[in-house]
Amino acid sequence: MSKVPLQFRHNGRDVAIFVDGGTNLLVALRELIGDMTPKFGCGQGGCGTCSVLIDGELHLSCLTLAETVGGRSIETLDGMKQGPNLHPLQRAFADHFAAQCGYCTPGMLMAAKALLDRNPSPSRDEVIEAISGNICRCTGYEPIINAILAAAGGRVSA
Amino acid sequence: MPVTVKTFASASEAAGALSSDRTARYLGGGTLVMRALNEGDVSISTVVRAQDQALTRIDASGPRITLGAGVTFARVLAERDLGFLHAPARSIGGPAVRNMGTVGGNLFAPTPYGDFTVALLALDATVAVQGGFGARDIPIEEFLQARERQAGTLVLSVSCTRPASSEAFCYRKIARIKPKGGSVITLAAHLPISGGRIAGARIALGSMAPTQIRARAAERALEGRSLDAATIAAAASAAAEGTSPFDNALGSAWYRREIVGVHLRRLLSGQE
Amino acid sequence: MLELRKDIFADERDDNLNEIGKGTQRQDMLGHVTGTSSYFNDHKLQGMLHLKVVRSTQAHARIRRIDTAEAERSAGVRRIIRGTDVPVNLNTLLSLINFGKDDEPSLAVDKVRYKGEPIVAIVADSEREAFEAVAKVKVDYEPLAAVFDVEDALKPGAPVVNETYPKNTFTYHETYDHQKLRFGDADAALATADHVLEQRYQMSPIEHAPTETNGAIAAPDTNGRYVVYTSTQALFFSVDTCAKILDMPSNTFHFIGGTVGGGFGGKVDTLTEPLAILGAMLTGRPVRYVFGREEEMQYGPPRGAERIYIKDGVMRDGRVVARKIRCYFDSGAYTRLSSYAAVKCAAHLPGPYTIPNVYGDVYCVFTNRTPATAMRGFGVTAMDFAIECQMDKLAHLVNMDPMEFRILNAYRDGDMKAHRREAKNTALIECVQVAAEKAKWPLREEFKRASSRKDGGGSRAVIPPTPADSSRARPTAPAQQRTSYDRLPPTVTREPPREPPPPAPPPPSPRPGAPAHGATRFSSVFGRRR
Repeated sequence: MSKVPLQFRHNGRDVAIFVDGGTNLLVALRELIGDMTPKFGCGQGGCGTCSVLIDGELHLSCLTLAETVGGRSIETLDGMKQGPNLHPLQRAFADHFAAQCGYCTPGMLMAAKALLDRNPSPSRDEVIEAISGNICRCTGYEPIINAILAAAGGRVSA
Repeated sequence: MPVTVKTFASASEAAGALSSDRTARYLGGGTLVMRALNEGDVSISTVVRAQDQALTRIDASGPRITLGAGVTFARVLAERDLGFLHAPARSIGGPAVRNMGTVGGNLFAPTPYGDFTVALLALDATVAVQGGFGARDIPIEEFLQARERQAGTLVLSVSCTRPASSEAFCYRKIARIKPKGGSVITLAAHLPISGGRIAGARIALGSMAPTQIRARAAERALEGRSLDAATIAAAASAAAEGTSPFDNALGSAWYRREIVGVHLRRLLSGQE
Repeated sequence: MLELRKDIFADERDDNLNEIGKGTQRQDMLGHVTGTSSYFNDHKLQGMLHLKVVRSTQAHARIRRIDTAEAERSAGVRRIIRGTDVPVNLNTLLSLINFGKDDEPSLAVDKVRYKGEPIVAIVADSEREAFEAVAKVKVDYEPLAAVFDVEDALKPGAPVVNETYPKNTFTYHETYDHQKLRFGDADAALATADHVLEQRYQMSPIEHAPTETNGAIAAPDTNGRYVVYTSTQALFFSVDTCAKILDMPSNTFHFIGGTVGGGFGGKVDTLTEPLAILGAMLTGRPVRYVFGREEEMQYGPPRGAERIYIKDGVMRDGRVVARKIRCYFDSGAYTRLSSYAAVKCAAHLPGPYTIPNVYGDVYCVFTNRTPATAMRGFGVTAMDFAIECQMDKLAHLVNMDPMEFRILNAYRDGDMKAHRREAKNTALIECVQVAAEKAKWPLREEFKRASSRKDGGGSRAVIPPTPADSSRARPTAPAQQRTSYDRLPPTVTREPPREPPPPAPPPPSPRPGAPAHGATRFSSVFGRRR
């Protein structure tokens, strides 16, 4: 079995791994890098819980062939905290009860970050659109939308 | 047998690799091929990629625009000159899928996907493919009818008509979930007006047959007439003619046949 | 937004509370927002193998032959597990509480009973290699007639789905083929009611669709034990089920769970743990068995389908005097938890209303569909849907406001429920009143003044004479108005009156000597105050 060498930036740190042909980025991150924050939910692009940022753009890691990210910069929830402090989005999610089982939360937070990085003061409709590829089965969309709007408006207890 | 990934600098090399290996699939945005691999599709053993700049080119200058097969929906949305394609591009997936999914891949997306292709079908698209016998342009209808046999060919680009005015083209995806959901049916209509009369009507439907199809009976009801209530009613009542919808989790064949005329009427009369 | 209505039943409660009504942070929230909450699949184990199952392509078939020769030679395959490798290859979940017979194999041996039933498990070095080997297993089926409809399954000559239950119904107390509720004489009351309304309701199966699919990782631990990371919602239940299936003492297993990526009832069936552990036992390596999304949606157990027939008698003044219900739970091919759903359903009849004549038959039926299981209020949800649709239709029939109609018929403290227990701590009237107020729905003064604590008991507390079942036919009362909203008019059979049915309930008159409410106002199906 031939393995392919792969280097990329993972939350600001250079990493190098060897992947099997056909390995997706989700498996590479979880099983080879050890970053368990992106989750497997469907493998089909339907749930969004594996969402990561590639060069700042929201992508689904389960549908990304790992070897296509060579030299690129990957951000996951594991890199969201600012030192010991929660990112305003994380704080807002906690304050607004925007997680129940927590399984969609990594993807929701990355989708929210992708939005706020480009559009710091989105409308409610823009927030809804931004998380429209992420499924929450505990039916927590309202608190999630409220949390993102609060983080955008700076209405978050630091 | 593990999967082998072959990456080529040029599209023609990739096309060669694709046509010579029955287990090979071309990887565009990943939303179809990676999904198949994740679900355990062992018929795919080779993944072919091309890093050819030509595949991501957009030419939006003339009366017919050309999109490289590797152009993502996010790029279509970022292109001001492609405003008429924004509604279909926006109707696909969430932001992550639009950052990944490509115009070329959408041609292969089975129902309930393939919404962008519905728009392309209404806009009289041609598909430029490169197979074992060189490059050629295929009318999109012909391409879709033979889609099962296109796995060995590489789509290079798609060209389509730019509507003369924003009123001449309309698009709508009917889904059960807002803002995003799989298509119950998808409709697109290109109705060029010449001297107050419709000339060259094209109406395309998604999820009304195994592939995207034209509603030819509805087109005939529109052709040469002015777009008034009576004409719209005639087109709506002919909308289901020639279609062969199916049952799936989003709707039954019966339901699709019942609603397609209603939605065509609303689309053509500009109603929500 | 949350609003606590402390004005209602204020005298029954100590409102000097420390937690109720105040926001409290979840203890797992920090883990969730930082992505450090540990789900079953968040464990990277050295040398982990991957398990996939071969699933039946047939809904009902005899298995003539299973050919794994080619799969055994497939690259990366460590072990192929067949039904004969499973120590106790027949189980039913509730056997742990002595409820029901063992009826379901972990891996099918001689017969498959639903499309997607596992037949062979393959343990391989990688998921891809497991998928490749799965594609190489050949199963020779002899297709059998299948039954997918609960009522068809009960007809004479229907295919026997599950030989453990040859009548296609679960057997209660080793005797009864359904749950039965009899209170008063529903037939007699229907014969004299002003209106009779019979309706059919159907609910389809519903998949929980948790974002995290079902799965487990099992690994050999020290001292001959196995550590098992699992998505289960029912950890100790799952430990004991594995102990039974694998014929090992339960302390062989160290189960670690607790953080579940969405369950809703769909993660109580212990579908992945036994095979993951068996794989670890047979290979000596950590083994992961996780459902793909398609497996989860197609073959993960759903909330079962239900078909419900309700026939109600109502008087012109709005009192429901009789309710007759037949309900069929579609258990799919195996029992899982539907037997219990039917018990819960029977216990829920006739809904939160005081009806003096109630007749209920609830069946747990086997069909060749995916086995059903628990889901949020299972056993009650579809029945409530049916009953409340029926209440709206009845209100319309007697030209009454639907909210007032419910207040009129709601049970009140001191009433006798159809299960022959006194209704206590009732609160439906107050719920309807608050709902009406919130919806700005006008209620007449007498209904605004109604109270769960007033006018119950007395004649409403009487247990009526209840005739034994008989099959005699009786003619329809001629003066009756019949109404149906269905396209197909219901066929009606009636029985002659045996004795006068208990009279209509309400005349909600003041009830002397009603028991005073204490500070402990919590209703319970067992009639206990806590």
